[in-house]
Amino acid sequence: METVLRSRSKEVVISIDRPFVMIGERINPTGRKVLAAEMKAGVMDRVRADAIAQVEAGAQMLDVNAGVPSIDEPALLVATIKAVSEVTAVPLCIDSSVIEALEAALAVYEGKALVNSVTAEGERMDRILPLVKKYGAAVIGMSNDETGITMVPQERVEIAMRIIERARYYGIPQEDIVIDPIAMTVAADPQAGLITLETMRLIKEQLGNNMTCGASNVSFGLPERHVLNAAFFPVAMHAGLTCAITNPLVPEVRKAVLASDLLLGHDEYAMQWISNFRAEQKKKAAVTSGAPEAVKPA
Amino acid sequence: MSREEEIRQELFDHTLNGHAPEVKALTEEGLKLGMDPMDILFKALIPSLEEVGRRFEKGDFFVPEMLIAARAMQGALVILRPLIAETGAKPIGKVVIGTVKGDIHDIGKNLVIIMLEGAGFEVVDLGVNCPPEKFVEAVRTNEPHIVGFSAFLTTTMPMFKVNIQALEKAGLRDKVAVMVGGAPVTEEYAKLAGADHYSPDASIATRMAKQIVGAAQAAENAALTQAVELIDKTLRKG
Repeated sequence: METVLRSRSKEVVISIDRPFVMIGERINPTGRKVLAAEMKAGVMDRVRADAIAQVEAGAQMLDVNAGVPSIDEPALLVATIKAVSEVTAVPLCIDSSVIEALEAALAVYEGKALVNSVTAEGERMDRILPLVKKYGAAVIGMSNDETGITMVPQERVEIAMRIIERARYYGIPQEDIVIDPIAMTVAADPQAGLITLETMRLIKEQLGNNMTCGASNVSFGLPERHVLNAAFFPVAMHAGLTCAITNPLVPEVRKAVLASDLLLGHDEYAMQWISNFRAEQKKKAAVTSGAPEAVKPA
Repeated sequence: MSREEEIRQELFDHTLNGHAPEVKALTEEGLKLGMDPMDILFKALIPSLEEVGRRFEKGDFFVPEMLIAARAMQGALVILRPLIAETGAKPIGKVVIGTVKGDIHDIGKNLVIIMLEGAGFEVVDLGVNCPPEKFVEAVRTNEPHIVGFSAFLTTTMPMFKVNIQALEKAGLRDKVAVMVGGAPVTEEYAKLAGADHYSPDASIATRMAKQIVGAAQAAENAALTQAVELIDKTLRKG
C-alpha cells in the first residue's frame, strides 16, 4: 500500500517497500519556550532555521504545529506553514487538535498534506474526515477512542479499522489513512513497547496500512532518551512502521533509521548509508580545517 | 539503635528503592512490635517518598523509580489505612482529580495521584474525559480541599476555564482550590484560565497540595483562634 504526499514541487511515497520516511518533529512550540514566544510574536526565524536543518538532516517531510496556548491558532498555523514553505519544498504534515486550524491550513496548502490527526472518536471523525476529503489530503488515524487507549493490541487494530471504515464512507481511500498504533512510554509500563510492536505486526498483517508514531514517546521519563529512541526504530520498522514523527537532528535517531533501512533491504548497494558517512566526514573535515591549529605536544 | 529505629530506617531505605515485599514485611514487623501506624507513616514512609520527589525534581530519579517507590509504599498503606482509620485520624487532605473533557491522556494525572496518595492525601480519581458537571458533582459530594484538572492538548486546555466557570455557577468556586497541569500548560496559561495553582510535575504538585492544605488549616486555626478570642472578650465584657 502506498501513501503519496505532495508539496507544490515534491512528492513523497510512504510504503513498506521503500525507505523509511522521517517526518521532522521540531516545528512544535509545545515544551519549547523560546520558539513559542517567537511564534506568538510572529517571528519565524527559528521556524525557518529548524525547517532547513531538519531537511538537511534527512527529513523527507516536516510536521508543523502552532499550538501556542491562547492565540489565534488557525492564523498562526497558516503563517508558520507559509514560513516553512518559503525555505523548504518537502510535503508537510499539518498538526493541530483545533479543527478550525486544520481547515485554515488545508485551505492554503498547495499539494497533498498529511493531517495530524484524527482519532476514532465519533464526533472528531465526522468533523475531520470530510475536511480531509474536501482538500484531497491524507490523514493519520490514532488507534484510540473516547474511552481511552486500550492495552490490548487486537483492540487497537479494531479501533484503526473503525477509522478506515468511516473514512471510506466519506470517500477517502484506505491508502490515505496512516495508522498510529500509539507508542507510550516504557517508564510507566514496561510492557508498553511490546504492546505497540505487537499492534504494528497485527496492523501490517490484517490491514496493510502505512503506520507512523510519535517514536520519542517510548523514552519519556527516562535517561539517555536518544539511545532508547534509536533502539526502537529497527524493531518497529521490522514490525511494520513506515514513517515516524521524530527528530532527524539527533544523530542516534538518523543513523538508526538509515541502518535499519539498509538491514531491511531498503537501501540499494548501501548508497544512502555511504553517502551519509561521506557527508559526516566532510563536515568533520570542515570543522577541523576551520579550527585554529591545535598545539602539538612536544 | 533500637529495633524500632532500625525499622524506620529500613522502611525509609526500602521505600526509596521501591522494594515492595521488604516494605510490607517491615510494616508488619513494626506493628507486631507495637509501633504506632501513624509513626510508621509519618516518620518513615512519607519522608522517604518526599525524598523520592526531591530526587525526581533534581533529575537524579526517573519516572519508573518514582512509580516503584510509590507502589512499595501503597503496599504498606493497604495495611496501615484501616488501622489509622480506627484511631479516627484523618487523611492530610482530600483531592478530586481527572482529565478534562475531550482528553484521554492520563499518565501524568496517574503519577500525580500516586504521589498524592503516597503523601497521605485521600484522592478521588474521576478518570479521563470528565465533563464539567462531573467535576462539579464530585466537588459538591466530596468537599475536597483541592480539585485538579489535567489536560495534555492545547485544544482541551480551554476546559480549565469552562470547569472553573461551572464551579462558580454552582457556588463552589471559593470552597476549593483549583490546581491545573499537563504537558502544554504554562504558569501564564493557568493564571489566564483562572486557576489558583499550576504545577509542572507530580512531585511539585504534591508539595504544592501540602502547602494548600497547610494554608487552609492555618486559616481555619486562625479563624478558630479569632472566634475564641471574640468569645473571651464578650464573656469578659458580660
